[in-house]
Amino acid sequence: MSAATATAAPPKVLKVPEHTVEIVSDSGEGAQKCGQIFGAVSAKMGNGVWTVELIPAEIQPPPRVPEGASGNRIRVGEHAVTNWGDRTDLVIAFNEQVLLARHRVDALADDAVLLVEDKWARSEDADIVAAWEAAMKELSGKHYRIIPVAMEDQCLAVMDNPRKGKNMFALGLLARIYGRDMERIKEQIAYAFRKKSEEVYAQNAALVDLGYAWAEENIDFRVEIPTHPADKSLVVMNGNEAIGMGCIASGMELCAMYPITPATSVSHYLSEVFEKFGGIVHQAEDEIAAAGVAIGASYAGKVAFTITSGPGLALKTEFLGLAIMTETPLVLVDVQRGGPSTGLPTKVEQSDLMAAIFGQTGDAPHIVMAPATIDECFHIMITARRLAEAFRTVVMVLSDANLATGVTPFAKPTLDEKWQAAALDLAPVRDGQKPYDWNKETGLSERIIPGRPGGMFTLTGLSHDDRSKVAYSSDIHQHSSAMRSRKMAVLQSLLKPPAVYGADKGDLLVVGWGSTKGAIEEAVDRARAEGLKVSSMHCRFLSPLEPGLKDIFKRFKKVMTVEINYSDDMGDPYVTEENRRRGQLSMLLRNATLVDVDCWGRVPGEPLRPMSILEAIRGRMPRGGAA
Amino acid sequence: MTMCGLLPVLDQNEDHQYEMSEYEGARARWCPGCGDHSVLTAVQRLLAVEQLIPEQTMMVSGIGCSSRLPHYMKTYGFHGLHGRALPVATGIKLHRPELAVFVTMGDGDCTSIGAGHWLHALRYNVDLVAMMLDNGIYGLTKMQTSPTTPQGFKSNTQPYGSILPPLNPIEVALGVTNASFVAQTAEWAPAHLFATLRAAYHHKGFSFVRILQRCPVFTPNIFQKAVQDPARIALMVHDDGVVVPELDKIYTNQVPHDPRDLAEARMLAEQTDRITLGVFYKDPSRPRYEETRRVAPRTPAERVALLEKEFARYAV
Repeated sequence: MSAATATAAPPKVLKVPEHTVEIVSDSGEGAQKCGQIFGAVSAKMGNGVWTVELIPAEIQPPPRVPEGASGNRIRVGEHAVTNWGDRTDLVIAFNEQVLLARHRVDALADDAVLLVEDKWARSEDADIVAAWEAAMKELSGKHYRIIPVAMEDQCLAVMDNPRKGKNMFALGLLARIYGRDMERIKEQIAYAFRKKSEEVYAQNAALVDLGYAWAEENIDFRVEIPTHPADKSLVVMNGNEAIGMGCIASGMELCAMYPITPATSVSHYLSEVFEKFGGIVHQAEDEIAAAGVAIGASYAGKVAFTITSGPGLALKTEFLGLAIMTETPLVLVDVQRGGPSTGLPTKVEQSDLMAAIFGQTGDAPHIVMAPATIDECFHIMITARRLAEAFRTVVMVLSDANLATGVTPFAKPTLDEKWQAAALDLAPVRDGQKPYDWNKETGLSERIIPGRPGGMFTLTGLSHDDRSKVAYSSDIHQHSSAMRSRKMAVLQSLLKPPAVYGADKGDLLVVGWGSTKGAIEEAVDRARAEGLKVSSMHCRFLSPLEPGLKDIFKRFKKVMTVEINYSDDMGDPYVTEENRRRGQLSMLLRNATLVDVDCWGRVPGEPLRPMSILEAIRGRMPRGGAA
Repeated sequence: MTMCGLLPVLDQNEDHQYEMSEYEGARARWCPGCGDHSVLTAVQRLLAVEQLIPEQTMMVSGIGCSSRLPHYMKTYGFHGLHGRALPVATGIKLHRPELAVFVTMGDGDCTSIGAGHWLHALRYNVDLVAMMLDNGIYGLTKMQTSPTTPQGFKSNTQPYGSILPPLNPIEVALGVTNASFVAQTAEWAPAHLFATLRAAYHHKGFSFVRILQRCPVFTPNIFQKAVQDPARIALMVHDDGVVVPELDKIYTNQVPHDPRDLAEARMLAEQTDRITLGVFYKDPSRPRYEETRRVAPRTPAERVALLEKEFARYAV
């Protein structure tokens, strides 16, 4: 369509370095599909993009209630976007109640533009009309610009049941407002509906055109965010897809899992494609069995993996201890949600950290790592598989709901065949080779898999000696524990100290781990622009921790973690220095460095906003100048 | 599952004749008179008769007296967690279908803490032999009631007598969709035990064998009447089941039963006034999980090429 068909005056063009958009609806109205396509197309056009899902915890909440708000937030920038940002600039809402939900959690910028389906204002149901009017009154307290749009009425031109189609109409509105490439949008629609008929595609494409045309005639502004088409190949996906692809690239061939939010979408992805790569997804009867099947497969050959979230991690605990005790490699992905118990199934938190590292009975040394970006979700799986094999232990990868559902473009990995596990070696064992031929310095040993002539032994979770014989003498358990523990020190000796973001000394060092990296660094940038001497550092390895932390911490007057974890604040009733329950990362760092690491933790069930972190930084700056 | 199809077949010394002693591992430490000894002997005899290659044979177990069995074999063994032998065995078989896998579990292991896995293993129908060594008691932890403890039996946890009627594992197994082999035998009838395990080994699918046995310390008398009076035992006989001609003179109470007849199998399993030994049910046509899940193996180069295509779908 060309601008020439527009009847109104040319729209005002708003040139901005970034803009944040939300599409919110009742559950099941397709707002997420609309948001995902908008995000993907923006990335393809050369914008930085970070998309997150807004997910209600219920499968089918009642319609038109704030708790049911479902959809996507897409932050689009001229340059790379590393987090979901602060507040939303433009919202498309399918009813006023879900819009209220976003207003009430302070998600909307004071001058946000709100495009709202207005059929509710004309409802025959007096209660609905009253609710609409009350909502408009509540929203009028801010300087929002509210634009009513008769979305469903418009969609009637193309379909009989517009409730199912207005998400594509909304996509058309966005396409026009943000000048998105319609060809690419249609490609995305074709892919999104690839399992449906040609007719379904055609109808959705028509709805997008309809929305575009409507916006062209009726919306008096456009938003221009400069695009910079990438000079290298980029891919765009969410963290769970990246984990799935990373598993494939690592050459692992068995994913054993049990459905659990927000981890399951990894197995959805893999279930669709894994078999053509020579792998399978085994949906086990429960979380425990999923761990058992993965361990059985790993023991018998190539490293296998299991994927879960908090409650599943708890259930797998005993099997994880077995894998660690028997030095059976295993990769476990924990896509964290809020806890404890069932907690916040669809929402982000980082609170499995201690459970992941210390959740097993006995001394159970193993590796715990965390990707900080979606890009890293891919690459970490390759490292995890290799480390599991080289160190004969469990490698846990802690992702979270923010990475799982966040979508952002990143450089297409350059694949390497060497990332994949070698073919099984079934040659006879060496003369005298033992199942745990521990190198006394490193604790490392070569494992023996079934099928190798001369290597027969019985693996056991009982304490055992290097021949896997059950320990009956007192020194065996001491020695074997030392051998398993030593591997962690060896791994740490091979790691580099983490890089400091910003100046390498100053007043405050903010330390984070996992998905908060982008938001923390953005907050640090803003703080430094205000003249504050703040830097940040991000931990990729949590067990063992990367080396050199104490030296880095010493260069700052104060060190503070930022975590999506609960922590008491000083000043809370009854809370003292001694009884203060600190953020989990801060506990770890204090233990490892004996530095008085402060913490700032919040559990809002949503990713941290840079501005909240900035406020925390301002509030925790040590008094006095730089060291 | 995958790359195993590509593995070079190792040169085996085909002339080598394995003796029973070549399957013997550590000396068994079970109590004298324990039924586990009979099972161990029967398994070793089976391996010798079938000439199974030790390094291509897996003994997987849970926790309990009977789960010590892998230590006493000279094959590969996996002595894992209480109740969890079957998921481990499933994983092994999915990845390495060429291995011969035997699982030993106790009654608490299989029908209590591991009951969920047991039902699903019956349904997956992975090709392995699952032996449930049922002495009606927890032995290793010293005489606690198990799901198969006879009602009224006094234990340390139920000192006034076992409260519930015992679970009938055969009825349970026969009730699971896709179960393909369900048999019962007894430790005190070694010829029958051996023949049953052999039939189980030859069956392609998940062969569930309940082995009735006595714990000489805690339940020495639970099968006393049947041990002393063979008339209390009914042998199911059929050419497709277990046939042990040398037992004909001892066990005269013989019931012709076609193992394909599931309805009759369920009827026979319900009869608890006598002990019925033999193959209740067998259907080799049931789909086997490791076969239905078998996928074409990929070389690293093929995988990289396919992944490049996959990335194209996500390309910007």
